[in-house]
Amino acid sequence: MLILAIETASSQAGCAIGGHEGVLASAHTGINGKHAENISPQIAFVREQAGIEFSELGAIAVDIGPGLFTGLRVGIATAVSIAHALTLPVIGVSSLDLLAFPARWTSRLIVSALDARRGELFTALFRRVPGGIQRVREVNVCTAEDLAAEIQTFDEPSLLVGDGALRYAEIFESLGRVELAEQGLAHPSARAMVQLAHARAMREEFVQPWDLEPIYLRKPDAEINWATRNEQK
Amino acid sequence: MADLILGIETSCDETAAAVVESSRLIHSSIVSSQVHLHERFGGVVPEIASRAHVDLIVPVVAEALVSSGMEAEEIEAVAATTGPGLVGSLLVGVSAAKALATVWGVPFVEVNHLEAHLYASFLEDPDLQLPLVFLLVSGGHTLLVLMEEQGKYRLLGSTLDDAAGEAYDKVARYLGLGYPGGPAIDKLALEGDRTAFKYPRSLVQENPETLPDDRRFAFSFSGLKTAVVNHVRSNPDVATEDVVASFQEAVVDALLTKLKWALEYTGVETACLGGGVAANSRLRERFTETCASVGVKGCLPSRAMCTDNAAMVAAAGYWRLEKMGPSPLNVGVDPNLGLL
Ligand SMILES: [Zn+2]
Repeated sequence: MLILAIETASSQAGCAIGGHEGVLASAHTGINGKHAENISPQIAFVREQAGIEFSELGAIAVDIGPGLFTGLRVGIATAVSIAHALTLPVIGVSSLDLLAFPARWTSRLIVSALDARRGELFTALFRRVPGGIQRVREVNVCTAEDLAAEIQTFDEPSLLVGDGALRYAEIFESLGRVELAEQGLAHPSARAMVQLAHARAMREEFVQPWDLEPIYLRKPDAEINWATRNEQK
Repeated sequence: MADLILGIETSCDETAAAVVESSRLIHSSIVSSQVHLHERFGGVVPEIASRAHVDLIVPVVAEALVSSGMEAEEIEAVAATTGPGLVGSLLVGVSAAKALATVWGVPFVEVNHLEAHLYASFLEDPDLQLPLVFLLVSGGHTLLVLMEEQGKYRLLGSTLDDAAGEAYDKVARYLGLGYPGGPAIDKLALEGDRTAFKYPRSLVQENPETLPDDRRFAFSFSGLKTAVVNHVRSNPDVATEDVVASFQEAVVDALLTKLKWALEYTGVETACLGGGVAANSRLRERFTETCASVGVKGCLPSRAMCTDNAAMVAAAGYWRLEKMGPSPLNVGVDPNLGLL
C-alpha cells in the first residue's frame, strides 16, 4: 500500500511517499517557519518524483502532535482534506513516536523530547520491541528538570532524541549513562513516518479524516485563565 | 474559464464552504458558527477558533459538496480567504484549499476577505451596476469603498480606532448583555427610546468640507463607547434599553451620514451594505431611508450574505481567477491584508 506522509509539527517540515518497498520520494525543508507555504508544493513535487498518481495512494499519514500548534494544524488540515478528496483513511502518528522510531536499534531506554517552548518539553518514553517500539510512558509536557528526574528513577542506560533534548543538553548530560542522539534525528521525519505508518496500515489502524484528533497537550491560554479566574471567585 | 468554484472561508470564527457557479448561482453555502465556543470569553479566542476550524473543515467542505449536488470532479477551482483575519484560522482554510486544488489538479485562488464581502452583493443582485459605494461594517472592519469596476476599488475612509462591531461588543460586555454584542443590542434597542440620550457622533460635523480630507469619510467609535460607559457609570439607574437604543442610533447616524456624504461626493447611483453589522435591523432600516433620500439605488443583501460565508469567497475567486489567473500554491496568509 502506498502512503503519503505529511510532517509539519516541528520547526522542520516535509512529506514522503512510500510503501512496503520503502520511501519512493521525499522532500524536506529546514527551519523557515513557512510550513503552510511549502507543504502543498512539496506534495505535488513528491508525487511527481515518485512517479505515481494520487489515485494510487492507499492512506494518508500525518503527525498529530504534540508539536507547535500552528504547524500541526497546517499538516492536519492538509492531510484530512486530501484523505477526504481521495476517499482514503488517515493514520495519525505522534511526533514523539516518530522521534523514537529511527532509534529502535538501541537496547537503551528511548526518551523522546521535543522542544515545546515556554521552557517545557513534550516527552514520551519507549522501549524497542520486535519490529518497532512501544511506549513505556504516555506523552506529557514537562520541564527538562522533571524529565531528568524521571530518567534517573529508571536507573538504566538511556538514549535521548529530539530538539528538546539538545536544547537542554547540559541538564541531561549531567546524568549518568545518558546518550544524546545527534542533530539529524532531532526532528520527526516524513520518511520515518512512511515506515511507521505502513506497519500500522498493515494492522488496519486507520481513522476517517473527520475523526482524526490532534494531540495538543496544552489547553488554550484563554481556557486556563478562565478556569483560574473562576477558581479564585 | 472555470465556472464551478468551491469557496472556503475561515478568517475568524466561522468555518464555511460553498459551491458557486459563475459568481452568480449558489449551489450550496454551509456556515458553521463557533459563537457558542467563544461566548464565555466575551470575544473570539484565536487558539480556540483555530482548533475548531481543524475539527470542522472536512465536515463543512463535505456538506457543501454533497448539498450542491455536484460531483467533486466538476469543481474547476478552489478559492480560499488568505486575509485579513486571524492567522491561525486563515491557515486552516488555506491549507485545506491548497490540498484540494493539488489532488484535484485544479487552480487555487487566493481571496481577500474584504473583497469577498463586496462580491456578496452581486450574488443576490446580478444586475447591480458599477460604480457603487460600499459600506462594509463588521466586528473587524468599518470601510467606505468606491468600487469603480470589477477588481478596482478606492478606499474612501475607514475607522481610526474601533470597528463598529467592536464598539457593539464592548458596550454589550460593559452592560452585561453577553457576546456577541450586536444581536443582543439590536434586540434590546427595540424596547428603548433612541432619542433618550444624545451620545457623540465623532467626525460627523454639519459640514463635511470643514473636515480634513483624510477624515472626511473616516469613522471613530472609541469616544462613543467611552461616553456610554461614563454615562452609565455615573447614572447606574438609567434604563439599559434606552442606553443601547441611543448608542445604536449614534453608531447608525455616523455610518449613514458618511455614506450619504460619499454618495454626494462621488455622484454614483448605487450604494451597498455588507459585513456582519449589516445584519442589524436599525442599520438596514436607516440604510434604505438614506438611499431613498439621496435618490440612489440601495442594495441590501440578505443577512446570510452580509455575515461571513464562503459563497462570497467563491464569487470573488471567480473574478480574481478571470483577471489575474491562479495563485501559486506557495502563497501565504496575511492577517493584515488591506483592500487595495
Ligand atoms: Zn467578514
